[in-house]
Amino acid sequence: MSKKYDAGVKEYRDTYWTPDYVPLDTDLLACFKCTGQEGVPREEVAAAVAAESSTGTWSTVWSELLTDLEFYKGRCYRIEDVPGDKESFYAFIAYPLDLFEEGSITNVLTSLVGNVFGFKALRHLRLEDIRFPMAFIKTCGGPPNGIVVERDRLNKYGRPLLGCTIKPKLGLSGKNYGRVVYECLRGGLDLTKDDENINSQPFQRWRERFEFVAEAVKLAQQETGEVKGHYLNCTATTPEEMYERAEFAKELDMPIIMHDYITGGFTANTGLANWCRKNGMLLHIHRAMHAVIDRHPKHGIHFRVLAKCLRLSGGDQLHTGTVVGKLEGDRQTTLGYIDNLRESFVPEDRTRGNFFDQDWGSMPGVFAVASGGIHVWHMPALLAIFGDDSCLQFGGGTHGHPWGSAAGAAANRVALEACVKARNAGREIEKESRDILMEAAKHSPELAIALDTWKEIKFEFDTVDKLDVQQ
Amino acid sequence: MPFQSTVGDYQTVATLETFGFLPPMTQDEIYDQIAYIIAQGWSPVIEHVHPSGSMQTYWSYWKLPFFGEKDLNVVVNELEACHRAYPDHHVRMVGYDAYTQSQGTAFVVFEGR
Repeated sequence: MSKKYDAGVKEYRDTYWTPDYVPLDTDLLACFKCTGQEGVPREEVAAAVAAESSTGTWSTVWSELLTDLEFYKGRCYRIEDVPGDKESFYAFIAYPLDLFEEGSITNVLTSLVGNVFGFKALRHLRLEDIRFPMAFIKTCGGPPNGIVVERDRLNKYGRPLLGCTIKPKLGLSGKNYGRVVYECLRGGLDLTKDDENINSQPFQRWRERFEFVAEAVKLAQQETGEVKGHYLNCTATTPEEMYERAEFAKELDMPIIMHDYITGGFTANTGLANWCRKNGMLLHIHRAMHAVIDRHPKHGIHFRVLAKCLRLSGGDQLHTGTVVGKLEGDRQTTLGYIDNLRESFVPEDRTRGNFFDQDWGSMPGVFAVASGGIHVWHMPALLAIFGDDSCLQFGGGTHGHPWGSAAGAAANRVALEACVKARNAGREIEKESRDILMEAAKHSPELAIALDTWKEIKFEFDTVDKLDVQQ
Repeated sequence: MPFQSTVGDYQTVATLETFGFLPPMTQDEIYDQIAYIIAQGWSPVIEHVHPSGSMQTYWSYWKLPFFGEKDLNVVVNELEACHRAYPDHHVRMVGYDAYTQSQGTAFVVFEGR
């Protein structure tokens, strides 16, 4: 039966608060942490979020009677307390699949974290988690290669990949930069990385860098007998330039390129991932700007959402923080989103910050990259936390070695292999970390010196963004 | 002390991927690593190649993968038999993970010359 047009303003909760609704398998589910303005009831705040992130606007409009909004609207179906926090609550919202363009992470985020974040009835709003339905996942390309293919191409098995960022991050000429790459790779690293802010500046244009780096990679590979690579940063001013750089990396026979997915944007990222899939190129993903979005505990987007979005948009490696180094990140939370990068099914687990069961189906996994203020003493903990399907990157911990980058690289490689060997032999590597490293240093003067150089460096600050659990 | 005398000269070494930077393992240490492969539920595989072909993707199998083999001694005896048959070849131990369709681990046990 058709409805009558009734102009005016209705309360959001009359339409968008539906506690009896049972979400469909095809619904996209989201959990928001909401902090409303004082005096506004929870149901009204939650319903407003559902409305403003889907079909709603502030006033009833005549043209909505031309469609069936009951079919298209987002619905808040559950409200929960946030443990230990009286002013905020969780709102669970279900969105019908047809609200989103197939395979478009850009479209999902434009809806879910669009205008609604500026909404005046809210003081803060944070997107904590998204459950992507299988029906949507199957429309996404995902990682261009994934963990298994990357291992096969790089011939690395049974251990994490070992890498480092070239330093200083700005100001080196192409030729000097290639020298540092060569030193790291000949010393035993598998991979080196362009820093995120190396694009194509006046001091080092991209083509210059790519050519010298390619020579360094090939030489190191020839001399060591191992497969080597360098993430050539293709993040650029325009998509056209990005593809031009990617094509040139391929021409040079390089195995891996790199993109900054948040500053570059999801549309660019998905495009580059598709290019990589088509051209057999591995794709390393940096996450500059993430902390602007994900660090505040009550506002923004949690990194687990950004990580899930990256897996769908496409990337073979993603930075995840280190837990132990200089950058923010709590252990359980990190494990929670690392699971979502690598596993094919991740169950709901609030102790890891995962609000939903997430089925990834046959989508390939993404290597977790730990980078930032880590050094040899962290190696046992890093291996215990991240496991084999990770890439451990030591920047200062490589180049800061008193003998230089090659020796620093060798020290890290010895430490990593000693920890893997000890773990496989059944030793408790975190508890016995000191013994394991000291034993290994007996056979490696490079490691002995590294252990001595960094023995006092720790980054023990409290985490700003903690899991919401009753203390 | 003058700077140069405290700096060592790091010489590039040719290595064979995982565990290439550790000293050769003792027999007990090799047993531990094979026991790990078996405990993970992976299939032990023995591969060998002449050192000139060490960067090839495919090394020769020694017989076939030892599917379902749980006995450490059987694997160790096969490793030694392979080494006796090809004393100048690299011999590596691989753990094949049928779930991921990848190698859970791979490391060289005997280096050929």
